[in-house]
Amino acid sequence: MDVQVTEGGPLLSLRGIVKRFGDFVANDHIDLDIHEGEAHALIGENGAGKSTLVKIIYGLLQPTEGTIAIAGEQVRLSGPEDARTRGIGMVFQHFSLFDNLTVAENIALVLPRDQNLNGLRGRIAEVAERYRMPLEPDREVWSLSAGERQRIEIARCLLQNPRLVILDEPTSVLTPQESYRLFETLDRLKSEGRSLLYISHKLDEVKRLCERATILRLGKKVGYCDPRKESARSLAALMVGTQISDIHAPTARAAGPQRLVVDDLSIEAEEIHGVDLEHISLAVRAGEVFGIAGVAGNGQSELFAVLSGERIGTRAEAIRIDGAETGGDDITRRRLLGAAFVPEERNGHAAAPDFSLTENVVLSRHATAGVAQHGLVSFDRAKALAQSIISVFDVRKAGPDPAARTLSGGNLQKFVVGREILSEPKILVVNQPTWGVDAAACAAIRQALVDLAARGAAVLLISQDLDELFEICDRIAVIHDGRLSEALDARGATREEIGLLMTGTGHQTAAAHAH
Amino acid sequence: MTPAILELVLMTIVTAATPLIIAAIGELVTERAGVLNLGVEGMMIVGAALGFAAAYLSGSPLIGALAGMAAGMVLAALFGLLTVGLAINQVAAGLALTIVGVGLSGLLGAGYVGLKRDAPPHLYIPYLSDLPFVGKLVFGQDAFVYGSFVLVAAVAWYLTRTRAGLALRAIGDNHHSAHALGLPVRRTRFLAILFGGACAGMAGAYLSIAYTPFWSPGMTAGRGWIALALVVFSSWRPWRVVLGALLFGGATVLQLHAQAASLGLPGQLLSAVPYLATIAALMVLSIGARRKSAAPAALGQPFVAPR
Repeated sequence: MDVQVTEGGPLLSLRGIVKRFGDFVANDHIDLDIHEGEAHALIGENGAGKSTLVKIIYGLLQPTEGTIAIAGEQVRLSGPEDARTRGIGMVFQHFSLFDNLTVAENIALVLPRDQNLNGLRGRIAEVAERYRMPLEPDREVWSLSAGERQRIEIARCLLQNPRLVILDEPTSVLTPQESYRLFETLDRLKSEGRSLLYISHKLDEVKRLCERATILRLGKKVGYCDPRKESARSLAALMVGTQISDIHAPTARAAGPQRLVVDDLSIEAEEIHGVDLEHISLAVRAGEVFGIAGVAGNGQSELFAVLSGERIGTRAEAIRIDGAETGGDDITRRRLLGAAFVPEERNGHAAAPDFSLTENVVLSRHATAGVAQHGLVSFDRAKALAQSIISVFDVRKAGPDPAARTLSGGNLQKFVVGREILSEPKILVVNQPTWGVDAAACAAIRQALVDLAARGAAVLLISQDLDELFEICDRIAVIHDGRLSEALDARGATREEIGLLMTGTGHQTAAAHAH
Repeated sequence: MTPAILELVLMTIVTAATPLIIAAIGELVTERAGVLNLGVEGMMIVGAALGFAAAYLSGSPLIGALAGMAAGMVLAALFGLLTVGLAINQVAAGLALTIVGVGLSGLLGAGYVGLKRDAPPHLYIPYLSDLPFVGKLVFGQDAFVYGSFVLVAAVAWYLTRTRAGLALRAIGDNHHSAHALGLPVRRTRFLAILFGGACAGMAGAYLSIAYTPFWSPGMTAGRGWIALALVVFSSWRPWRVVLGALLFGGATVLQLHAQAASLGLPGQLLSAVPYLATIAALMVLSIGARRKSAAPAALGQPFVAPR
């Protein structure tokens, strides 16, 4: 596989790219040059327009204005297939894989039509060997880990011998060890003269890999630099526009009594490809933030459903809230015991997208805030409560009481977290509270969780973001394949320790043979 | 039961199964692309009405079958415009299609009620077709029966061996990924819906041209719904459709014989046996494979291209 080299000008050159969706301007006159063999970072917050720009480069969207040139030739990309034949490959953030197809089938789908599929196995093996990415062509994708899935995406991309590889937040679902291996592969790609466009908001990764960076904010290009010469802090300031305040966590909190106890909880998964929970035990004390780390799809959503009472079917004594056996109770009974829950998906799970904020207050607080009595809703009380959430948590919105879906991710998340925290719960279970949330809202939410714990509540935080867990947790346990590790003291634990547990090393050997 | 009678029973089972196989294999392809079309019954009965009319007027069962297919495709195209073009709820559109189809067939077939024409000829190969027991069963069927088996084989080959079939399965599994990779989600789904319509129309035409052979309103008698159930029964695998259709056809024929043998049970109850058997089979299957459902993951979800 030799990479074709063009002398002189940039491999990819964007000039004045504008993309409008109705009145909304996602990309506002963006220029971008990527040279041969260069690793170029595209940094920005969620909503800065990174994904839109990348979709334009990959032919998925057509720019409203502006020009694209590849190796000096101005082009109009008719679609991803066109982009691929011109040497642009893409590794998607939420992998564009098909769970019920095999690895080989997933790869075969995007190869050019004129390529014979008969020799495919050999070529997959060749790429796997060359980049040290083991792949099993006959496995179905749903049975693979996130790291293995990403290898398929990368192999699929490399089989087309691309000159430019776009990677969209490639480490967001990987363990630290998996990220390390990914970086080895990326270094190898660079050494072959391929260009990389690396999209991330993890600034240390960008500093490690890239020699150029373009920074976007609110659809506009706001900076261009050599990230190796910048500090993570100066990059963050460019990206966000303002300084982000640090979280103030009180040191050495007094460990109070156990408020939330999970005792040997096992339950079979309900969904296809779901994860069975096996012998999960944990205890969260008053005043403590207890973190559960893990790669997505290892039982986090199943655990959340069982803890919240969305799924009932455990022994009553398997879940205890302040000593009360509540495993057989529904979600309202658990709320009445002083628990509150914030699920992962804000649009459609934590909030009904087309309901107003006031109506959304009623959904989770009907029993605990006196907004619904004898089957009747008191909208005055609900509205007052919604307003206090909005002012306490600084929720920015359009109009007095808009539909939930019109709020930005960060503001809606502040609203749903605030809705639960204002009930002063004794126990709060949150799943991925800052996923896809802008940095300012992210800091506000984490601070609110820390403050709640400081007031004596037990907070259980399920998160895939190790930075977040280390920032605010007192203890961290790791969930892998439906089993929970021993809890480690967050101040004594290292990322490597947590990372090893995330891959299941330790209690893996027996389980691996059972599969 | 003598071998001759047994052969006759088996013959009737095969002919009862044929329309189910044809309609179900079409719906299977549609569902594998991620579209649930509940309008099979409607497309089938319009195919029956128009197919009979065309065969009667032209004298050719081939033209009848083609007319039936065309009728199914026209209705399917309407469904496709609504569900693929406008991303309307597939369940609602499918149910509406059935209601429209049943009404429309009554109108189209009004002038043909009570008319009769001869069934298309059965295959006859000297000596082979005269073999005892298997002769007629294997070598003495009509073109629809052989055609249905060729159709199943072709669909099985298409889905598992061709690139286009792979793309179709991928689109049914995850239309967002498929779109991100540049696979034509809407076009593929529309074509799959048309194929399903053609099959349903042909199945209907088989009923009125070869099975009865005459047209009467409501003659599909729920076979479109059975075909839908068979797709689930088959776990979306082509050859299992044949197995399911033969089981259902068997139950249909056996209850007729049970009625003839006057077991003392009400005829209505015996007529319900095949349908009860279908429900029972679905229950057994879904209990057995509670978590290993083979349903296409994107089945029934309308696709709207994201920003």
